[in-house]
Amino acid sequence: MLTRNHKPAAPPAEADPELEFDAAAARSSPWRLVWRKFRKHKLAVAGAVVVLLAYVVVVFAEFLAPTSTSTSDSTLTYAPPQMVKVDLSWSDGLQMYVNGYRTERDPETFEQIHTLDPDLRVPLRFLPRGDSYEMWGIIPWDRHLFGAAHAKDKVFLLGSDRQGRDLLSLIIQGSRVSLSIGLIGVAVSFLLGLLFGGVSGYYGGAPDTLIQRVIEFLMAIPTLPLWLSLSAAVPADWGPMMRYFAITTILSVLGWTGLARVVRGRFLSLREEDFVTAARLDGCGRIRIIFRHMVPSMSSHVIASLTMAVPAMILGETAMSFLGLGLQSPAVSWGVLLQEAQNVRTLETAPWLLIPGVAVFVTVLAMNFVGDGLRDSADPYKQ
Amino acid sequence: MLSFLSRRVMWMVVTLWAVSLASFFIISLPPGDYVSTLQAEAESRGEMMSDSQLSALRSRYGLDQSFLAQYWKWISNIVFHGDFGQAFAWNSRPVSDLIWDRVGLSFFLSVSTLLFIWAIAFPIGIFSAVRQYSPGDYLATFFGFFGMAVPEFLLALVFMWAGMRFFGTSPGGLFSPEYQDAAWNLGKVLDMGAHLWLPIVIIGLSGTAGLIRITRANLLDELYKPYVVAARARGMPEWKLLLKYPVRMSMSPFFSTVGWLLPGLISGETIISIVMSLPTTGPLLLSGVENQDMYLVGSFVLILSTLTVIGTLISDLALAWWDPRIRHRYEGG
Repeated sequence: MLTRNHKPAAPPAEADPELEFDAAAARSSPWRLVWRKFRKHKLAVAGAVVVLLAYVVVVFAEFLAPTSTSTSDSTLTYAPPQMVKVDLSWSDGLQMYVNGYRTERDPETFEQIHTLDPDLRVPLRFLPRGDSYEMWGIIPWDRHLFGAAHAKDKVFLLGSDRQGRDLLSLIIQGSRVSLSIGLIGVAVSFLLGLLFGGVSGYYGGAPDTLIQRVIEFLMAIPTLPLWLSLSAAVPADWGPMMRYFAITTILSVLGWTGLARVVRGRFLSLREEDFVTAARLDGCGRIRIIFRHMVPSMSSHVIASLTMAVPAMILGETAMSFLGLGLQSPAVSWGVLLQEAQNVRTLETAPWLLIPGVAVFVTVLAMNFVGDGLRDSADPYKQ
Repeated sequence: MLSFLSRRVMWMVVTLWAVSLASFFIISLPPGDYVSTLQAEAESRGEMMSDSQLSALRSRYGLDQSFLAQYWKWISNIVFHGDFGQAFAWNSRPVSDLIWDRVGLSFFLSVSTLLFIWAIAFPIGIFSAVRQYSPGDYLATFFGFFGMAVPEFLLALVFMWAGMRFFGTSPGGLFSPEYQDAAWNLGKVLDMGAHLWLPIVIIGLSGTAGLIRITRANLLDELYKPYVVAARARGMPEWKLLLKYPVRMSMSPFFSTVGWLLPGLISGETIISIVMSLPTTGPLLLSGVENQDMYLVGSFVLILSTLTVIGTLISDLALAWWDPRIRHRYEGG
């Protein structure tokens, strides 16, 4: 592996101050060097923090969401967002509250209009009792991180939707589908891309030609009609889970070609490198050369391209669900939530329905930053 | 060069044949067919269709034949008679008529979007590379990431909401209500322009963002190469030094995207067109998919892939013309 080439034969007896930095760099493993370079990319580090937080939300979604996705209140549809306020003058210390809703009927259209009433106060607290759930399907609990102090009160911090469900809870619970579909899809296309790209790049000749033709064939089919027709082909009576896996498969079957090209290109250029020739002359077998020598030295590049592929998949799922061809209600994902916002008339009444789009934007942006930072630091030996 | 061309064209034919078979297969994947869609619609209206009616419809459309027979009927008509079949859901109007009706707007939209992208992205990309880490570069970088992260349809929705909220008009559609049925005159043309600039900007935004990133990265790779230093050492003026070689190299993405114009003429930016209700070919395609209109969608996919393949070839040729190194590789191999 690369580490061996850069490890000094014996530790230097006396550290020369001018050489100290280089010596430290020479002793560190390639991954440590990548990390050092990555840390300098401020935006990438910030992006990484956001992405990590997003996945923490995914893991603890039931606990973090104030209500479950099925909790709705048909008397409070399209209720506007409430702002959390803090009252310092409360008798027993600090009290958080939101203003409650006053409901009126529009005299002409008889539509219900909910406005915030500054005189009404709905108290809030940490760890209130609320909808019961099973954490990760095993631990039953009914406490949530934050919410109305009394379970009968309704609080919609980001407003409510057409059915009177809490948008904040929906966004948190929807993150599970939206963010995992990218990871699983990329994992599948990674395996396909690595396999076919590797075979193509290492063996060359006939297998290479064949695989390149298949890739060209897949790339020649226009993406959108293919998406549309494939997802229309998913039977309507499949449950949300089956549909989810079908959509993921569609996304990754279309997504592996780009990755295969990257892997092939790396293999082609690495094949000519001195250390590969040296390994071959030493009598290493093909499998050993590929996995012991070539794969480690290209893994950072591959990881960088993987990071760039995840946001593309998330955007793909969002667009598909938005068109009504991806996941469908009652499954909750950011794309499904945005489907509600398709109509301009609805947006006029409830502009907060666009907030799931903000969630998409922030995560995708953060992931792009991370990918950009990884790409810059992928080759730590390049100055 | 000639042998390269003929080999490419041969592969193109093979690819297209595979694409046509695959696309026809994919379209036939969903259970049921157009007649069962009709039946479901009739039932939702409370009407019943008899079995004999249904089978009469099926044989009329050739839906009772085997998959290969249907495929053969479809593809042979296209190849030998240029007949793309009929769209069931549109009273059996010829597919080619339907598509032609909408090609004009799609064409206009994709050409103007591409021009918009090029006009904005190249100057910004070049500036951003030459003045790396300047405030302008940071601004361009931020804009680039922004454009890549925001889904187009979301942007369209935000603009439409803002238009509704602050200007009281919906920017969707092609014409204002008062011009909808009017005959063509200057006012109508101006009105259409007022409606079309927004989709062009929205569709162009993510393309612009991507192209800025690519131009910047390519140019940065070139700017510090020895030939640039050598030319500078010889006293070449800086602007000439920049424009003559590094910028020329960084223009490669321009040529590799020229070919995309072709499929773009037909695909008509489906999602944006749906959100902003523009009568391009995109919504037609979506409705075809929903109705399981096999000939309509199949023809769409076939035309699009043909144009993609031809477009790629044009791009490769343009790139070879632009970059002597690539030309040399083709001639050698």
